[in-house]
Amino acid sequence: MRRLQTIIAAAAMCFGLSAPGGAAEPIRIGSILSVTGPAAFLGDPELKTLQLYVETINQRGGVLGRPLQLVHYDDGSDASKANGFVKRLIEDDKIDVLIGGTTTGSTMSMVPAVERAGIPFVSLAGGVVIVDPVKKWLFKTPHTDRMAAERVFEDMKKRGLTRIALLSETSGFGQSGRKESEAAATRLGITLVANETYGPKDTDMTPQLTTIRGKADVQALFVFGLGQGPAIVNKNAKMLGLSLPVYHAHGVASEEFIRLSDGAAEGVRLPAAALLVAAKLPDEDPQKPVALGYTKAYTERFKEDVSTFGGHAHDALSIVVSAIERAGSTDKAKVRDAIEQTKDHVGAGGRFTMSPTDHMGLDLSAFRMLEVRNGDWVLID
Amino acid sequence: MRRARIGLLVLAAILLALPLALPNAFYFDVVNRMAINAIVVLGLNLLIGFAGQISLGHAGFFGIGAYASAVLTTHFGWSPLAALVAGAVAAALLALAIAPPIFRLRGHYLAMATLGLGIVISIVIRNEATYTGGPDGMPVPPLAAFGFEIGGEREWYWVLAGLLLFSVWACQNLIDSPFGRALRALHGSEVASQVVGVDVTRYKVTIFALSAFFASIVGSLSAHYVGFVTPNCAEFFHSVELLTMVIVGGMASVFGSVIGAVLLTALPQALATIEGWETVAFGVILIVSMIFLPKGLVPTLAAKIGWGR
Repeated sequence: MRRLQTIIAAAAMCFGLSAPGGAAEPIRIGSILSVTGPAAFLGDPELKTLQLYVETINQRGGVLGRPLQLVHYDDGSDASKANGFVKRLIEDDKIDVLIGGTTTGSTMSMVPAVERAGIPFVSLAGGVVIVDPVKKWLFKTPHTDRMAAERVFEDMKKRGLTRIALLSETSGFGQSGRKESEAAATRLGITLVANETYGPKDTDMTPQLTTIRGKADVQALFVFGLGQGPAIVNKNAKMLGLSLPVYHAHGVASEEFIRLSDGAAEGVRLPAAALLVAAKLPDEDPQKPVALGYTKAYTERFKEDVSTFGGHAHDALSIVVSAIERAGSTDKAKVRDAIEQTKDHVGAGGRFTMSPTDHMGLDLSAFRMLEVRNGDWVLID
Repeated sequence: MRRARIGLLVLAAILLALPLALPNAFYFDVVNRMAINAIVVLGLNLLIGFAGQISLGHAGFFGIGAYASAVLTTHFGWSPLAALVAGAVAAALLALAIAPPIFRLRGHYLAMATLGLGIVISIVIRNEATYTGGPDGMPVPPLAAFGFEIGGEREWYWVLAGLLLFSVWACQNLIDSPFGRALRALHGSEVASQVVGVDVTRYKVTIFALSAFFASIVGSLSAHYVGFVTPNCAEFFHSVELLTMVIVGGMASVFGSVIGAVLLTALPQALATIEGWETVAFGVILIVSMIFLPKGLVPTLAAKIGWGR
């Protein structure tokens, strides 16, 4: 008799456990990021951010009463691996949405499979090709290099600087930036009097800077690079006594950049997302609470500075969650439409308003011009 | 030699039966990647295992094929088949041109020279951004020939499975030919083989060009299959991956090449779920297998069960 009771109790427990489990089927968010390899400095904060917010959202009761489940694979910064893993996410893990593609290469290598399967896909990579031309299922949250170039040239023109030297890195980021800068320069009436490049691992850019200094009428220097290189340019320029106004691209917007430049970053300008200067934003700025909230949550959990890249992941997840809530289901076509209807969504990287012709939804106002003064970022407009 | 034929039949039977066991397109994709790697590794094993010459730049030839298919079809409107052949011929010619000076070197110096070759190829691909799309890579149109277009993992499976069978058969025949015997002779001792009349340089150059040809064809196919190429495919790390497959599977072993490719393609997928530790686990497995199976999986196990060679 006692045995029967145990069995009944066990059966009841099974039912008790499985009934709500069946009702609250998790929403599966697939992600493929470059957590190792050369692009790890982008992929690592992106993954941490996704994990952090999936946890937070689940503690608050999930989305539509269903918990979120993050299914993540690391592509090791190799686009061909991303292409393999995305098939695993689609076929085997049966994901509802996809966030990821740290680099433009890995995003583009996933596009054919995702478009065929019809899964809402928000990329975290910068390249313009991701959203131009627009692809049905593909969206992105980071600013493009085209926007960075346009924002910088706008600021230059305000200061009356129209004859400039471009110095770009031979990495993917730098070369895409170079292409977009060349195009934007023609559109905005800026003349490139010098167009030099350097390798991402170079430790000395004095030859390029000497060539640039040799151009008689050059008025400003625009550096398009990531990581160490741009800081070395600052140091070399100071050493050579180059007195040109220096602009950098959005890729180096971090405290680290000022530290690496070792005092040579004074007066340098660059476009950056509001996230970086969250505390300095005026109180009426709608982005202030979002950016501050993200900064606080991230630094408390991981004990490291926030980066723009993690901010892109934050925005991607919040856009997706809001779209699922508005769609009222995880039906892929409905979620896709809801993402496309994202309107005035305040994120860490800017205010997103998407449309059938714009799958990024940011304009130039997403970039704030910053200047380094006394070893710190200052908002200049 | 009957044993080799039995191996071929077993492989054919497995390839025929496999589609019944694969549940969805993702598993087909993994098997297709195994086949792609296996074919390159077969060619590389001819060079490394049989002829005893190392190449640390083999991914460079793979990259030539991949980018020939991508660039010639996209920018110049070539048909995919013509681009594939052009790439393979270019890779073989480059190998032929560069082999005579390179093969004057031996051991570490040969390794350095081939390493340099691979790096030069990947730098060219990275920097000629107007044609190759630079570090971000470029899309590749699907493989279409004679009015047919190969699309989807299942169709590709049959193409790649057929090619794999053919490659295994061709390698077995090559090794049993006078050419193969000469190769093994020069692996044993270059001086001795010269004494018995083997033209050492000619054999080394030919086998180098042949394996470059193999690698380039597979590079082309893989580019069409994946639909996107990035310079990663031509880089040093890919060369090392291929080399590891040769060594883990077993040098101078045809089925060792296949097993090595299968294992090292499957392993990252199997380990992908233990997030953060996959590279560590991968390394440990490699080290352990090298300690306990120093000659590679297939030769060591074959010796254990008394099949010898």
